[in-house]
Amino acid sequence: MEPITDLVHKYLRHDKKFPTVWCPGCGNGIILGSMMRAIDTLGWDKNNVVLVAGIGCAGRLPVYCDFNTLHTTHGRALTFATGIKLARPELNVVVVMGDGDSTAIGGNHFIHAARRNIDLTAIIFNNSVYGMTGGQYSPTSPYGAKATTAPYGNLEQSFNISRLAEAAGATFVARGTAYHAKMLDGLIGKALLKKGFSVVEVIVHCHTYYGRQNRFASPVEMLFWQKEKAVRIEKAREMSPEELGDRFPVGVLVDRDIPTYEEGYEKVRETAGEAIREIMEEEKSKEKAKSRIYEEL
Amino acid sequence: MFEIGGDLLLQGNEACVEGALMAGCRFYAGYPITPSSEIAEILSQKLPQIGGTFIQMEDEIAGIGAIIGASLAGVKSMTATSGPGFSLMQENIGFAAITEVPCVIINVMRGGPSTGLPTSPAQGDVMQARWGTHGDHPIIVLAPSSVRECFEYTIKAFNLSEKYRTPVILLSDEVIGHMREKIMLPEPEAIEVTERIKPSVPPEWYIPYEGNSAGVPPMANFGDGYRYHVTGLIHDTKGFPTSKPDEVRALLERLQRKIEKNIWDMAYFEEYLLEDAELLVIAYGSVARSAKRAVLDARSRGYKVGFLKLITLWPFMEDIVLERAERVRTVLVPEMNMGQVIREVQRLVHDHKKVRGINRIDGTIITPNEILARIMEVYS
Repeated sequence: MEPITDLVHKYLRHDKKFPTVWCPGCGNGIILGSMMRAIDTLGWDKNNVVLVAGIGCAGRLPVYCDFNTLHTTHGRALTFATGIKLARPELNVVVVMGDGDSTAIGGNHFIHAARRNIDLTAIIFNNSVYGMTGGQYSPTSPYGAKATTAPYGNLEQSFNISRLAEAAGATFVARGTAYHAKMLDGLIGKALLKKGFSVVEVIVHCHTYYGRQNRFASPVEMLFWQKEKAVRIEKAREMSPEELGDRFPVGVLVDRDIPTYEEGYEKVRETAGEAIREIMEEEKSKEKAKSRIYEEL
Repeated sequence: MFEIGGDLLLQGNEACVEGALMAGCRFYAGYPITPSSEIAEILSQKLPQIGGTFIQMEDEIAGIGAIIGASLAGVKSMTATSGPGFSLMQENIGFAAITEVPCVIINVMRGGPSTGLPTSPAQGDVMQARWGTHGDHPIIVLAPSSVRECFEYTIKAFNLSEKYRTPVILLSDEVIGHMREKIMLPEPEAIEVTERIKPSVPPEWYIPYEGNSAGVPPMANFGDGYRYHVTGLIHDTKGFPTSKPDEVRALLERLQRKIEKNIWDMAYFEEYLLEDAELLVIAYGSVARSAKRAVLDARSRGYKVGFLKLITLWPFMEDIVLERAERVRTVLVPEMNMGQVIREVQRLVHDHKKVRGINRIDGTIITPNEILARIMEVYS
């Protein structure tokens, strides 16, 4: 592993004022670190990396990174990323979203991006709460959890983001946590390498808003919760649902090969190009015939 | 590739497509909606023929998001829609305005509000095109009134969008979009096409949002080696978020100024029979066709009537409209809404009572006879 200071100098912007907008003790920085290590391992040219984000605490990540960075509107990051990737397929396009960004306001874009299978990687920071706006409940807040808009407890069932991605057709789905940082490096690296729409759901803590309202005293306690509740997927597969209980699998959950949209579209271009060439040649031969007749007359 | 040579019988929507392709558009993303769908259908066929890209997205919000993304990556991009879809696009139109990403949005207007009147003509989106997205922002809006103008002003929309780094809206309507007229398309070489100005400095010197005399900073495309930050937050000259009052004001004023100071470069209009006119008819879009006919009929009956056709609706051509409106006793503004452009005219003239409207909101076009009758009624 590269010493972190070298990576900081290599991948974070020198002209951006720190500290970050994130609260002291936030887990987002751990994910940022994993992303930098993964990108460094792949040896990607910084000029060819585009980091796209939506709105929220996760949405503020790209501004610190020395890539082509785009901070879009709430929930719409994947749509912008779609345009960038199709316009310039040689670019590596990575999308960073929160749980609200990807499964509430941007839920529709998320499932369609998975179904469409454009070569993008979505890294989803799932902290089960709306942090930036002050602790309101999100689509991944557990049933019964307290939030500033659910002072009597959340009445909605929560989304399982990884299973949603799998059902919608993503080629690669992994789940990690901020606690298992080393494992996360690998999961993100694999997702970046995977051709097609890949998703990494990262369970991360928001002690400021989720923790404070739900009896977690500190970020450390929340990190230990992640350690306790995470079960490696290989082990989880051998467990019954009862055994698994409220624990969740981590690791590579889905890895499958599905033709990408770009591959399909390249074929469309070839077919369409041939059609137009045929028409043009036909026109040309008609013109030639006309001029021959003209000369004969 | 292009439908060139000889006369063609094209729909307004088809002419928009030909214009877009000649202007260099190579990316379309959108969601089908009548009466704009022909634009998407034809582009889905033609774009891949010339190496471009068409994609049908999950909704209009995604459509405009994707075209902004493609434009950031350096490809000229557009989307097309109608009222309900145009409403959905508003937030990202604001994003394109503040991040200064060139793109073209064609809104083939139909009756509203809401699902409204699919698909009868209306001109109810004039104010929405100007003020639909929140906050103060610049915008350019052009309204064609013939198939020929659909072609020409789609090209101009792309050119202005590239030159001034701003979203440009082509405000067509159901009549113009679906009407067929004879048109002869020029050779591509005869078309003036504008490209965005790229930075001439090395990446380490590039300041992406630094103002200059034109108010339009050079634009680096993603992937060209200029790694910079693009955000919908108010940003400083480097593109980083700021809330410092001086920097906030500097950005918003520059955005406004780059359009307002250059209005001469985008002021498109036509005028007829104004020299001795005592009554002036101001119209745009499909209604301009009826208005012109009515003015000619009125002239043949001895009424001194002139006609001003607005093609650029926003920025509003204040000087041009005011100068002409002040010369006459009465101004008539027929439009297929309850009065939108008329507000701008009334705001400008000394005596706002001399400005009268003719309004229809029932999904039918305003006829020349209706306008003629009103001319005769208010003339004295």
